Amino acid sequence: MATVRYERRIAASADAVWDVVKDPASIPQWFPGIDSCDVDGKIRTIHLRNGISMPEEIIAIDSIARRFAYRVTSPLYKSHLGTIDVIEIADNDSLCVYSTTAEPDVLALVIGGGTFAALGEIDRLATSSKGA
Amino acid sequence: MGRKILFITTDQQRYDTLGCNGGILSRTPVVDRLAAEGIRYTRTQPASVVCMPSRSSMLTGQYPTTHGAWMNGVPLAVDAPSFAEELHDHGYKTSLIGKAHFEPFMDIFGRFVENSFANLGIPTVDQPWYDGRRGPHRGFDVMEMATHGAAGSLHYAKWIVENHPEMMGAFYSVLDGELNVNAEGGGDTGAPQVKHNIIPREWYHTDWVADRTINWLNSLEANDDWFCWMSFPDPHHPWDPPQSELGRVNWRDVDLPAGYIADPAERERVLDAKPRHFRLWYDGKLVSNYEAPAKFVPAALTADQIREVNALNAIEVELIDEAIGRVLSAIEARGWGDDVDIVFTTDHGELQGDFGLLFKGPYHVDGLMRLPLIWRPAKSAGVAPAVVNAPVSHLSLAATFLEAAGVQQPSWVEAPALPRSDDEAAQRGFVDTITEWDSAIFGVDVHLRTVTTSRYVYTRYHKGYSHDGSEGELYDLVDDPLQRVNRFGDPALKAVAEELQARLDAHEVRDVDRAEPGVLVAPV
Repeated sequence: MATVRYERRIAASADAVWDVVKDPASIPQWFPGIDSCDVDGKIRTIHLRNGISMPEEIIAIDSIARRFAYRVTSPLYKSHLGTIDVIEIADNDSLCVYSTTAEPDVLALVIGGGTFAALGEIDRLATSSKGA
Repeated sequence: MGRKILFITTDQQRYDTLGCNGGILSRTPVVDRLAAEGIRYTRTQPASVVCMPSRSSMLTGQYPTTHGAWMNGVPLAVDAPSFAEELHDHGYKTSLIGKAHFEPFMDIFGRFVENSFANLGIPTVDQPWYDGRRGPHRGFDVMEMATHGAAGSLHYAKWIVENHPEMMGAFYSVLDGELNVNAEGGGDTGAPQVKHNIIPREWYHTDWVADRTINWLNSLEANDDWFCWMSFPDPHHPWDPPQSELGRVNWRDVDLPAGYIADPAERERVLDAKPRHFRLWYDGKLVSNYEAPAKFVPAALTADQIREVNALNAIEVELIDEAIGRVLSAIEARGWGDDVDIVFTTDHGELQGDFGLLFKGPYHVDGLMRLPLIWRPAKSAGVAPAVVNAPVSHLSLAATFLEAAGVQQPSWVEAPALPRSDDEAAQRGFVDTITEWDSAIFGVDVHLRTVTTSRYVYTRYHKGYSHDGSEGELYDLVDDPLQRVNRFGDPALKAVAEELQARLDAHEVRDVDRAEPGVLVAPV
């Protein structure tokens, strides 16, 4: 089991950042390499650019704590837990923390690499929407 | 018109595997002839001893701490400097055929350009595409890529799937079920990363790289200026050459390498005198980098396994030599024989039994650092054949290519073009090279800086997982060419150590425009 964490300070309110990530169906907009997804209740299936599909279970969408938690349930993983936390620092200033814990260990790093890039997209979307 | 340039790289090839460098296992007449006609360098070091940082340094002419791709799994920034882009912008047709690896291979989201090219169907000779100003990627008009087998998303893997799907399982599985580098044994001795491969020779990636290179060369106009980086994935592990070729070198007849210490007690005494991660890895107590199999314990490696690995490695080296010969024949057939500069090197070495170790990692010894380098300038340039013993670095490759092409040196290269003789090396100040290592994966970080001169190899360790920052290595290459006696801290060499430390200190504070260090996003 290995864990990887990336964080990004974003010049947008915590609510603006949370608005980007709270919808399970929004992930193709901000996670590079995910072309589309299907959401059916707590089950989300992501479809990757390379043709691979992976099922996920949505564990929590907590708008008070601003925490999104999910698990990839593909057989490729012995276990996986992904969390996105949005923390308010000040008006138009927040911290977005994207954590990945997975087994096999290597997958934590590979997924984590994707989450690093995703944070950049979340930043772009949150900061472009804050004045809207 | 500039000179045409063929840049040949292999992957993970030791200096002593070529006949011209004293090797006796492989027959390498083609490269040996290039050495005889050109310049053979006897002390070439890479900027890093793993693929991505080393290859990025070749492309940029910069140290990893400058270009930012500081370890495997850290992609080189897409806007990083590139000699290929300079050549392209000066009218050269440019290609990279074979292994690139400026971006991670392990890419399940398909985020990296290198991994997407084959699926997109671009760009190859048959399906060319570029944006009109620069090549599609890093200055290369054409990239047709391969790595160490038929898995993955690169062109060679796709070619195998489409044309010879029955061979998909012929190669050794580089990764295990946990996606770590596989330690499973095979062959006759159970050596790790060894397999008898049923693939016919003509479908193996070495010949595929040569075939695609010839195809690209034949697509050019006679008067085109061109640069081709022909990059063979071998003799990097896995050691799984076509089994039809196994009769070339019988492992049972192979002598153990000079760097192998047969007596276990003596071997462990030598390892114990080096910084502690050597012995920890040897005993299977610490794996400090991804590139060696996580479940491989060097102490369990047998002499016969080392013999078999060396034999298979030698076979792969021979296949490369013959493939190069075919490409050179194609160049002659085009009438370019007198107008092509040919440079041969590799990205880093292989321990291959030295000290009882195999593969690579943060171990700055000759097995990994001393590399083959041959430059056969275009005959029309009138450069005299030579042997250069002065230390030179891969960083000089970028400037060498640009000089041969008549392109002004950009400000971002950190090293000048290669010298053409020892006299020239002395005049131009080629006195040492620097090799860097930084890694941080799953809580284990290692940081080394090494300066190599004609006489000494001096390494300092920065603080990390298994080092407190006080450790070092100092080897006298004249008295101890196998680097068995660590003289770091030896009062007799105090002045030497101080001088070499000053060079490392100057390297750390050198005045260059550094890219932001990249982020580790994959293991490799």
